[in-house]
Amino acid sequence: MDFLNKHKFLEKNAVIFLIGMLVAVLIGGMVQIIPLFRAETVIEPVEGMRPYTPLELAGYNIYLREGCYNCHSQQIRPLRDEVARYGHYSLAAESMYDHPFQWGSKRTGPDLARVGGKYSDEWHTAHMIEPRDLVPESIMPSYGFLMKREADLDKIEKHLKALRFVGVPYTDEMIENAYNDAMAQAAGERSANIDGLRERYGEDVNARDFDGQEKIVSEMDALIAYMQVLGTMVDFDSTKGMEESE
Amino acid sequence: MSEENKPEIDEHTGVETTGHEWDGLKELNNPAPRWWLWIFYITIIWSVGYWIVYPSWPTLSGATKGVIGWTQFTKLEAEQAEIAARQQQFLEKFEPASFNQILNDQELYAFAVAGGRAAFKDNCATCHGTGAEGGKGYPNLNDDDWIWGGHVEEIYETLLYGIRSTHEETRYNIMPRFGVDGLLKREEVAIMTDYVLAISGGAKTGTFARGAEIFKSQCASCHGADGRGDHDFGAPNLTDAIWLYGGERQDVYESIFYARAGMMPHWQGRLDENTIRQLSVYVHEMGGGEGVKPEERAALDVQGVSLDARE
Repeated sequence: MDFLNKHKFLEKNAVIFLIGMLVAVLIGGMVQIIPLFRAETVIEPVEGMRPYTPLELAGYNIYLREGCYNCHSQQIRPLRDEVARYGHYSLAAESMYDHPFQWGSKRTGPDLARVGGKYSDEWHTAHMIEPRDLVPESIMPSYGFLMKREADLDKIEKHLKALRFVGVPYTDEMIENAYNDAMAQAAGERSANIDGLRERYGEDVNARDFDGQEKIVSEMDALIAYMQVLGTMVDFDSTKGMEESE
Repeated sequence: MSEENKPEIDEHTGVETTGHEWDGLKELNNPAPRWWLWIFYITIIWSVGYWIVYPSWPTLSGATKGVIGWTQFTKLEAEQAEIAARQQQFLEKFEPASFNQILNDQELYAFAVAGGRAAFKDNCATCHGTGAEGGKGYPNLNDDDWIWGGHVEEIYETLLYGIRSTHEETRYNIMPRFGVDGLLKREEVAIMTDYVLAISGGAKTGTFARGAEIFKSQCASCHGADGRGDHDFGAPNLTDAIWLYGGERQDVYESIFYARAGMMPHWQGRLDENTIRQLSVYVHEMGGGEGVKPEERAALDVQGVSLDARE
């Protein structure tokens, strides 16, 4: 077992030891990081994913600002019980336009990855205002103030631009019409022309007055618009798992 | 090795030292325990086996697959299949059975109620309450007052498509906003409020006759001439003193002035067919489900099956 004594050489030559350490760490780093440079190896091809509409994006920004991710995850793991409770497990593609992603690491409240369409707008509004009115055992704080605050849409196109810079496929047309699209989505079909919005973001865009206050496009409108689209974009009938697709 | 590099031997133990010395204390250069070393080597060998069997090394075209083809997704499928297999003996009979057969078969009924109860807690209790007692805007499911019908098939349809949901087949109606849109003047809305309260057991006021007149022209086409509602239109019964949005004078006034349009999501696509059928039976039996005579239902008092969602 004489080779076991070779470490004495390294231990007595600090520079060579340092180079050895560097090589070991580099190999570990490369193995983990380099495959991620090619997104197609980790993000499964799906149909239906689109960037958030400007109003949904404003809602996403509120979600971040209020720290919702501290108590709510957005990641359904491929575990039997979790899929039974929340629905199809989350796909990487479903958070590819989130910067940063909202997977979260803690569930004080339930997972929200597929909350879109599960409850009505009225429910969300009432629940944000006073969660205990609907869920007596809830410890979620009240977010009634969102009703009174106007959604920050004046510069929303800058958010779209910034996201395009990091790879979200917003078109020039989307950026140009960002403010109008947001206002139209919060007004809904009955009181606004949403053809342009539908053309740019698809037929399935939820366009309606989410918070029931016609006179103001509130932060509540934006946040509920975001809630209602979560987990609803991917067309699972045409989606195969990562493994099947290769 | 030169002479001065020769390891020093500790005179008490005969073991060589590392040559390090702190305040006269020297460190013996004992080898690591053999058992520890061997386990260390075994883990290294084990890892090689792991690389071969399981997905492990990332490459430029994705991770290596491993020879047994394990993924967390196939594991999930296997686990789900295990549950499905356990339910198979029930599902075989449950899937082809009509609702009537389920309601008249103790075993199928127990299966439906058990599954329905679990699904109710996860999906329905958030709005309808853990005891299905409902709340303002969310119907109580324990009573025998149904808006869109209380036959089990009707409940099934409501669950599948929702009410004013985004589903194409959704149950849909819209009550006119009599006050907001100026269809009735404020005093007329007040008259109708008194009228509706009167036909649901309240005291008649002096404007009752006028109310009846307006009711006939404005409300009867959906709520019926007698105000008993119509399940086909989803028009609530106004005579039973069960109120979805509150029965105080102010509540009723607002319901007429602004109109109400509650929304229930559709569950087709979110829950599977069997679960929706289980829920239909569960909800049907929880309150006064329609279409099953009491004497038939009495036969279904299955031991160990309770409809109480609060337990």
